[in-house]
Amino acid sequence: MGWIKDLFAPEQRTWEDFYRNRWSYDKLVRSTHGVNCTGGCSWNIYVKNGIVTWEMQALDYPVIDAEVPTYEPRGCQRGISCSWYVYSPLRVKYPYVRGVLLGAWRKSRKKFPDDSVAAYRSIMEDADLRRRIHEARGKGGFRRSSWDEVNELMAAANIYTIQKYGPDRIIGFSPIPAMSMLSYAAGARFLQLMGGVNLSFYDWYCDLPPASPEVWGEQTDVAESADWYNSRFIAVTGSNVLMTRTPDAHFLVEARHRGAKVVVFSPDFSMTAKIGDEWVPIHQGQDGAYWMAVTHVILQEFFVQRQVPRFLEYLKQYSDSPFLVILEDAGDGSYKAGQTLRAGDLAQYASVENAAWKLPVLDSKSGEPCLPGGTIGHRWQSTKGQWNLKLEDTETGKPIDPVLFLDGATDERLPILLSDFTEGSGDKMLKRSVPTRTIQGAKGKIRVTTVMELLLAQYGVSRDVATGDWPKGYDDEHCPYTPAWQERFTGVGAAQVISFAREWARTAELSGGQCSVIIGAGANHWYHNNLIYRAIITPLVLCGCVGVNGGGLNHYVGQEKLVPQASWGPIAFGTDWGGPPRLQNAPSFHYMHSDQWRYDRSFNDICPVAEQEHPMAHGHTADKQVLAVRNGWLPCFPQFDKSNFEIIRDAEAAGAKTDEDIVNYVVAQLKSGDLRFAMEAPDEPECFPRLWYIWRGNALLSSAKGHEYFLKHYLGTHHNSISEEQARDEVEEIAWREQAASGKFDLIVDLNFRMDSSALYSDIVLPAATYYEKNDLNSTDMHTFIHPLQAAIPPCWESKSDWAIFRGLAEKTAELAATHIPQPVKDIVVTPLMHDTPAELAQPRVRDWSKGECEPIPGKTMPNIKVVTRDYANLHNRFVSLGRNFRTLGLSVHGTHYDVDDLYDDYMKSKPVERWGGVQYPSLKDEVDAANVILNFAAETNGECAYRAYEAESKKTGIDHTHLAADNRAVRMTFQDLCTQPRRVLTTPYWTGVTVDNRTYSAYCQNVEERIPWRTLSGRQHLYLDHEVYIAFGEHLPTFKPRPEMMILGDLDKSSTGPGTLQLNYLTPHGKWHIHSTFGDTLRMETLSRGVEPVWVNDKDADLVGIEDNDWVEVYNDHGVVCTRACVSARVPRGLCMIYHSPERTLSVPKSQERGNRRAGGHNSLTRVRLKPLFMIGGYAQFTYAFNYWGPQGVNRDTYVLVKKLKKLVW
Amino acid sequence: MDVKAQVSMVFHLDKCIGCHTCSVACKNIWTDRPGAEYMWWNNVETKPGTGYPTRWEDQEHYKGGWRVDEHGGGDRDLELRCQSKADSFLKLFYNPNQPGLQDYYEPWTYTYQDLFDAPQGDDQPTALPVSQITGQPMDIKAGPNWDDDLSGSPIYAENDINLDELTDEERAQMFEIERMSMFYLPRICNHCANPSCVASCPSGALYKRGEDGVVLIDQEKCRGWRACVAACPYKKIYFNWKTGKSEKCILCYPRLETGQAPACFHSCVGRIRYLGVLLYDADRVADAMKVPDRALVESQRSVLLDPHDPEVISAALANGISEGFLEAAQDSPVWDYVMRWKLALPLHIEYRTMPMLFYVPPLLPVLGKGENGVFENTAGGLFGTLDKSRMPIKYMARLFSAGNVDVVNASLRKLLAVRFHKRAQQLGDIPADEVRRVMHEAGLDEEAAEAIYRLTALPTQEDRYVLPPLQREEAVAGTCNPELCKGSCGLGFSQKPKRGA
Repeated sequence: MGWIKDLFAPEQRTWEDFYRNRWSYDKLVRSTHGVNCTGGCSWNIYVKNGIVTWEMQALDYPVIDAEVPTYEPRGCQRGISCSWYVYSPLRVKYPYVRGVLLGAWRKSRKKFPDDSVAAYRSIMEDADLRRRIHEARGKGGFRRSSWDEVNELMAAANIYTIQKYGPDRIIGFSPIPAMSMLSYAAGARFLQLMGGVNLSFYDWYCDLPPASPEVWGEQTDVAESADWYNSRFIAVTGSNVLMTRTPDAHFLVEARHRGAKVVVFSPDFSMTAKIGDEWVPIHQGQDGAYWMAVTHVILQEFFVQRQVPRFLEYLKQYSDSPFLVILEDAGDGSYKAGQTLRAGDLAQYASVENAAWKLPVLDSKSGEPCLPGGTIGHRWQSTKGQWNLKLEDTETGKPIDPVLFLDGATDERLPILLSDFTEGSGDKMLKRSVPTRTIQGAKGKIRVTTVMELLLAQYGVSRDVATGDWPKGYDDEHCPYTPAWQERFTGVGAAQVISFAREWARTAELSGGQCSVIIGAGANHWYHNNLIYRAIITPLVLCGCVGVNGGGLNHYVGQEKLVPQASWGPIAFGTDWGGPPRLQNAPSFHYMHSDQWRYDRSFNDICPVAEQEHPMAHGHTADKQVLAVRNGWLPCFPQFDKSNFEIIRDAEAAGAKTDEDIVNYVVAQLKSGDLRFAMEAPDEPECFPRLWYIWRGNALLSSAKGHEYFLKHYLGTHHNSISEEQARDEVEEIAWREQAASGKFDLIVDLNFRMDSSALYSDIVLPAATYYEKNDLNSTDMHTFIHPLQAAIPPCWESKSDWAIFRGLAEKTAELAATHIPQPVKDIVVTPLMHDTPAELAQPRVRDWSKGECEPIPGKTMPNIKVVTRDYANLHNRFVSLGRNFRTLGLSVHGTHYDVDDLYDDYMKSKPVERWGGVQYPSLKDEVDAANVILNFAAETNGECAYRAYEAESKKTGIDHTHLAADNRAVRMTFQDLCTQPRRVLTTPYWTGVTVDNRTYSAYCQNVEERIPWRTLSGRQHLYLDHEVYIAFGEHLPTFKPRPEMMILGDLDKSSTGPGTLQLNYLTPHGKWHIHSTFGDTLRMETLSRGVEPVWVNDKDADLVGIEDNDWVEVYNDHGVVCTRACVSARVPRGLCMIYHSPERTLSVPKSQERGNRRAGGHNSLTRVRLKPLFMIGGYAQFTYAFNYWGPQGVNRDTYVLVKKLKKLVW
Repeated sequence: MDVKAQVSMVFHLDKCIGCHTCSVACKNIWTDRPGAEYMWWNNVETKPGTGYPTRWEDQEHYKGGWRVDEHGGGDRDLELRCQSKADSFLKLFYNPNQPGLQDYYEPWTYTYQDLFDAPQGDDQPTALPVSQITGQPMDIKAGPNWDDDLSGSPIYAENDINLDELTDEERAQMFEIERMSMFYLPRICNHCANPSCVASCPSGALYKRGEDGVVLIDQEKCRGWRACVAACPYKKIYFNWKTGKSEKCILCYPRLETGQAPACFHSCVGRIRYLGVLLYDADRVADAMKVPDRALVESQRSVLLDPHDPEVISAALANGISEGFLEAAQDSPVWDYVMRWKLALPLHIEYRTMPMLFYVPPLLPVLGKGENGVFENTAGGLFGTLDKSRMPIKYMARLFSAGNVDVVNASLRKLLAVRFHKRAQQLGDIPADEVRRVMHEAGLDEEAAEAIYRLTALPTQEDRYVLPPLQREEAVAGTCNPELCKGSCGLGFSQKPKRGA
């Protein structure tokens, strides 16, 4: 074939320079993307002729170990599209203000040439003008402004709001600091120095798994993805690793080649299903039933028929299974499980410190109760050094061998009652007898059994001929929780469950616990997610898989892991100058203030409970929220139905002289009912949040569960909700107003580099720098490196970094304050009882002071109340300076503290400083300064700090842990170091894995290896939760509650149905072509998908109503409507549809015929937030509030929609 | 023996996660400009599916590649399917076998600017889709990745022509949830050893680079006849409507020349891609592609030369292949996958272009069965067995072995055996005799299994990409003194531009 030409001759190939020239470039800069994807990928940004041309992954990660796959390359199809944004037509290049507002402002400024605050006031206090500004929101009409003009407008808004309502009406939302922690800190610091409020995100996004604080007292801690490679058996459930953990997926794939078995649970044949050994098409939201049955089999075969010594040793030391539960007489000769036995219940321990919070076990040798250390009582006692997991009696020092099973040493078997929620109601009880012991207590005999015995009873595993409602065998479909029983919920056959359970436990036995579960939003976004998770965690604990490399629960939803916490926190929340900060859990805030509670009925409709009589176990969720606020369980901002400054004036007028007097005045006012918390009257104008800063996030759509209610009640503009209010006759604690408020926010400001849905609906849009135009820091739980973001080019057009924007705003606000609020002023800060403080011992029982059940005592029976000082005239000075509190108070996380005074002084010798008021401070003027401060003082990036932190931790436990830091004591990381090559962060007591000796990070290895307690009631992993509200909810033991049925959710009460419509469960999993809403609007991702984010429907379902692939459809319910195209495939099961989270409503959205030819909405137009009140409790061990840590979440999967063809395409 | 060196590729489909990062990496660098909007030199397809351009595998329609012409007496010759010598001239002006815009897609964008500029109105503005070609509003009906993850689609997956081998029953079952499956097929130019595109060009603009086998279209010589577009059976040549010339994957030669893997390799997050040198005997290429379909895979292997064989080495050196190149060939991961372990197979070798990109076929989950709404898996043992795999072997064979089931089976058996070996080594919960049987059936010993495991699971970038030294100082010497070149390269055009000629 002479036609094939091999060409060597260079002279004939000079044209080849054509492509060579395209490839050439001038500069490479390392950066990454701050998009809450958990990727934390290191990227090289290519610059040519001063223009960013493209990005490619950096490949220079240090190798962790030769026997573990390397991290290179990290980065996905979405991240590599980022350069499109920089010069795109979607780029926000200048400050914009909507015309109605800008016109009014310019006019008013002329009227008040010397007083911009008066100018702002004249707009906000003109009701008609204010309404017109609100109604214009989202409807176009943007006009270009200048930085000078918008800064003055925003500064005037700040001062006006502070003076009129108080600073706690100024709200900020920015998600997930870890992805660009300085950009987050910029706004948070600005707000907190003013006294503003930061909204949480991790719980609001429903990324927080409440089961983690329930079981481990920990927000979330998981393995880095390289550790998957150490697993021998991986179950993937509710997580589409190949789609959403793109840069990590290879570890899962590669683990298979090393001989790991992988089972993928997913209702659809997902991308991840492709790599499973088995794919299990489990019904959505019912995973809990499957895992309850798995545990049934494991208990039967690995604990009763045969025992595995390692499993038992593990449980004795690291779980609460040997602790003793008091059996309460339930009448009728039956008993029910109550609180765990406390040292205070026994005469011999009654006098020990914190006796009510220490938990005895039975010792197998003596047969008597002994008192191991490590409980929450030991944690907060005055004598340090007993908070550890040694199996020895803290009083006698004798070794303990805790008893797990009482069948050999039982006094008698007693019938206990167990709730069975199989039918979706709380009435059904099972009676099963368990071996018990009777102990002589200080006040009489106490009947107890072990948590382990209760587990066997709960799971229906009997050891011998037992009387009561026990299953007859695995195939007993009527009795929970057998393999046959779970079939009706999961659609998975019993045989599959049995073989899975056997292989699982057998693998754990042989490998020393190297079984892991990768879990995510698909399980966590359901109302009863905690039960699903606990059903899965239980077999992990039983088989000793937690705290082992290759084992454990690996929950990846959100980039919550901000590694250098200790030094970042004070900067972000302004505690280097004062505090406490105002940190509000967003789910409660949005539920109450966006008035979604008004559309809600009693939660008992969707949440069966065991004991409805309990005040927390029945009624309306909003009432439970009010109780949570009163009792100091959850925060409440705005604080009161009155300005704090006004309260202080009133207090002083009433004779208050000291801060204590003011606090007492507030308590008395609350007690008398003359002062109310704002959440008791959310529709009163004096309780509205007024001013909203949004940055780094898409608060009005992408994360706005109940988006249409945001539009209606927050914004006061058009919306597509037709829901009817339901709460009027259901609420008792709330001040009901017939007319719900509309347009609560005076002003909404959005910092953005692209015109996304939130920007489109905001009043002011500020041009923000992209990830390639600013300096920042990034960390994640998917790997153990810390990365920089760097400016490859200066900020384009008039954009600025978040840090520069808020610094500029601080400067302007301080300038106005010099006239309006020149002197420091006192403010009152109300904060809840906090996790990792002695307040964890505050409330052994639920008592409501407003009902006279106890006295209102700040910090004990009600929130903490503190008087602080604001210095508005020095707002900017403080913003750019690292305050002296940082030096004098030292740094701490989780109650483990280290001093940095010497490091603070040293730092100023060679690093940039600020001087004002006669004092010198480390400078925080620009991002690199702030980054270097964080890196210089954090334990994870400064080996000396890590060493000091371990010294402090060692004092608490009485065990020397400093060996974990000894070899790295000299390590120091600077911003420049991170720019040169990714650096692996150090092992510290603030996280639970161990990375020394080339190890991959796996959660809780420190707890197991170093015998450091978990931060829970018992100090162990909790399979039993003895809080009275858990008992009332019937969730004290792992259990199963089915998905709420469609009819009781009230999504479709008013929507038109009939022929041509499908009723489907509506799921919004994380998608392939976007990270939340980012990247989805780039031309790259739109082109590789379908030009819209479609709704996925099963082919047979689609056939029923004549929907064909790519047809335009309306997806709607009472909350709102989405118009998009259909994607039709048998890979999606019948009965559900999916719109991958989360498309913008800015692109390619037609008008809806279903809702009066108005523009259709986005995926969150179809959701409404529902809170589970169980998670509101506080002041009790691990059930104590922390920001993004504990509290109800914004669940969103229990939602139904109708789908039909769009009649006519109208733009 | 005419020894040629080729930079060759392996894509390990068992590792592919279908993310398309490779596609965007390529697009950003090479085809992000007017005239090239619709080009995806690298794309990723969901299988079963119809791909991009749609149904590109249907050579009855597109007539790409070579066909064997049977002369009398067992004499066989290769001819381009799309043109005989007689009609090649005619087809310069009208080529019915070329894909049209409807087979690719009409590239679009949105009226993004409207979001800033829309005047105050009574409803929310939205950015409309508009054609990048006409600027007019358009209805999006196709894209370069239209059937992504659409396994089980009655329109796309069912029209995959590789399903034609299946019985109606087998075919129907693939669209039931118990049997449904999918996997990903990333595609770039195969840089074939017997490229039909090169053969088809009336202008002689296409050539295979002598030093590394990269197939290129000379952008100065190309006259835009588009014969290559029709002739390439993989549809990996695209016509640039702005320049009037055709373009294709260049295997990132500017990166290869600077010791870097091509962008799609560099960016492969699944770490599925391997790059290395293969030596082959150019004298035997054409004949090797004349054998019957089922023998084609083995026939291609017979042309590949052992880089450790002294005879091959001396013939290579005689042909001007450098020692450095030979060392790269000896360390080549592609040689290991293709020849040492016979794991990696060519895509549609029946097109007879002798593609130099090889695919390791994927293992897929075991089948299930569903009765009365209850699902059970049919797994036998921990990892299941190949005969219980969700993807019919016949389907795989249509893609990777011209229908020869044995060839695909041999590859999959080895993949599975490596997992048995590692599991047994680490946990010992599979009976030893079962492990021995599986290893024996796969024809693997422990040493080979361990080597496959390491290159599959643990490779660093240096293991995945073994790049030959391209010694540019020698290449540029033909046109420019390297010392002069050092001082002036990159300064404008190396020669005057010739446009529009």
